[in-house]
Amino acid sequence: MIGQIVIVGAGQGGFQAAASLRQEGYDGRIILIGEEPEAPYQRPPLSKAYMKTGDAGQLALRPAAFYDTNAIELRKGTRVDAIDRRAQRIQIGDEDLAYDHLILATGTRNMRPPIAGLENTRDLRTLADAAALRDALARAERIGVIGGGFIGLEYAAVARAAGHHVTVAEAGARLMGRAVSSQMSDRFAQKHGEMGTDIRLASPVAAVTPDGMTLADGTQISADFVLLAAGVVPNVELALDAGLDVDNGIVVGNTLLTSDPSISVLGDCACFPDPATGRLVRLESVQAATDHARLIAKRLVTGDQSAYRAVPWFWSDQSDWKLQIAGLAEATDAAETLPDGTVLRLKGDQVTAVETVNNARAHMRTRKGMGQGSILTKEDFVSAQV
Amino acid sequence: MAKITFVQPGGASQTVEAREGDSIMQTALAHSIDGIFAECGGAMMCATCHCYIDDDRTGAASEGEQDMLECAEDEVRDTSRLSCQITVTEGLDGLIVHLPVPVE
Ligand SMILES: Cc1cc2nc3c(=O)[nH]c(=O)nc-3n(C[C@H](O)[C@H](O)[C@H](O)COP(=O)(O)OP(=O)(O)OC[C@H]3O[C@@H](n4cnc5c(N)ncnc54)[C@H](O)[C@@H]3O)c2cc1C
Repeated sequence: MIGQIVIVGAGQGGFQAAASLRQEGYDGRIILIGEEPEAPYQRPPLSKAYMKTGDAGQLALRPAAFYDTNAIELRKGTRVDAIDRRAQRIQIGDEDLAYDHLILATGTRNMRPPIAGLENTRDLRTLADAAALRDALARAERIGVIGGGFIGLEYAAVARAAGHHVTVAEAGARLMGRAVSSQMSDRFAQKHGEMGTDIRLASPVAAVTPDGMTLADGTQISADFVLLAAGVVPNVELALDAGLDVDNGIVVGNTLLTSDPSISVLGDCACFPDPATGRLVRLESVQAATDHARLIAKRLVTGDQSAYRAVPWFWSDQSDWKLQIAGLAEATDAAETLPDGTVLRLKGDQVTAVETVNNARAHMRTRKGMGQGSILTKEDFVSAQV
Repeated sequence: MAKITFVQPGGASQTVEAREGDSIMQTALAHSIDGIFAECGGAMMCATCHCYIDDDRTGAASEGEQDMLECAEDEVRDTSRLSCQITVTEGLDGLIVHLPVPVE
């Protein structure tokens, strides 16, 4: 078996890889290295429960003792600077560390679009960001949000429910445009509008000042602070410098291995073949990070070379609506709304994804059906409507 | 503080001191109880913290929880619950939580 496994990035996926390696029975050294000062924690609550309650105690993925108990050498607050593939070593400042297998789990960082005055915005990616945002929220009256994606909208919903004036400026023609059907975008635009949030579509932000933001058409929106939630970019620099393939993420094959047989990649920073279509995709979800991690751990410990084939799923909580997505649609897939509000994404007759609001049953049935490898068609859902 | 007892399918049991305000799922993770995976971290997006509780003090599962339970990998019973949805209070002292037989 492999002597020493190093995991770079101690987030959702890096943690899961370490935990799964032990579950699979690996008894060599595991070194889990993360730049953030905290032990691995969950990000999804940062824009949801944590933003409401401020209770950071509920975020940790495992209590501190877990790492000792499982002999996982967790090195917090430590940044990996480079990979020397020939020597199979990574560099951390002056120190270097050998690996027999390396798992890259470096995640993403906020994308910084070319907007004047961007230094006046705040991020929401880490616990430190979220804590600062909560403090700012307590002192603010008017809040601007750049980007009508999941994180911007979740934050807007929390801020609005707490009585703040919130304006969301989205450059695209609709909300969450990369991830959901236009029907679902419209429903959420209406929902946020009814809550009293000012949603501005097709409104790129041209400039940010300490007093607010200016839209491309010249409209001034006054705000005590502005949240930047315009998407993320994958942390690929380590891989790129080491000569690995990078294409909107670190490229891996269907067993999540790079062209270097000693390096695997998982989670937000991985660009991998979608099991359903074979096209290269990069997903930002807890599901991808954890399912990737489990597959890699199994491969390393048991030698199982099975291809990755987990069904993608995702959720977003906005006010009292829980949006759930099962499967993965391409932008060009059709969309059809059923009487109960379920939106089917379709390639011809075949259902590629199902979008639901507060309908866990339909969501889970889809996941189960797709997980069993069945091809789901519209009929499967229409017959379940009554 | 409340004492919670976790019972494995084989009968082995472990009694732990649970922190009030934590969920039963968090209590299980904190004490490395086998059989609770908690993939989604308590967001009610998976059913990998499934357990059996035969005790009125925990109330009934919500509709959303029941929908998730329907899709649990392991055997679903009348007493099935998602342990992430039950918050520990002093009133739950002595609670007994049975874990499902692992699949695979
Ligand atoms: C506010 C917010 C809300 C979200 N909500 C949801 C949701 O509702 N549902 C959902 O499915 N997903 C959600 N996500 C996305 C989800 O959190 C991510 O998909 C998941 O965390 C990805 O895991 P990961 O391990 O790939 O990356 P991360 O969890 O981001 O971990 C990467 C880690 O690597 C570290 N790192 C990077 N480079 C280095 C280096 N050179 N050396 C050392 N360490 C390094 C970083 O500091 C970071 O800690 C949300 C994300 C955010 C920010």
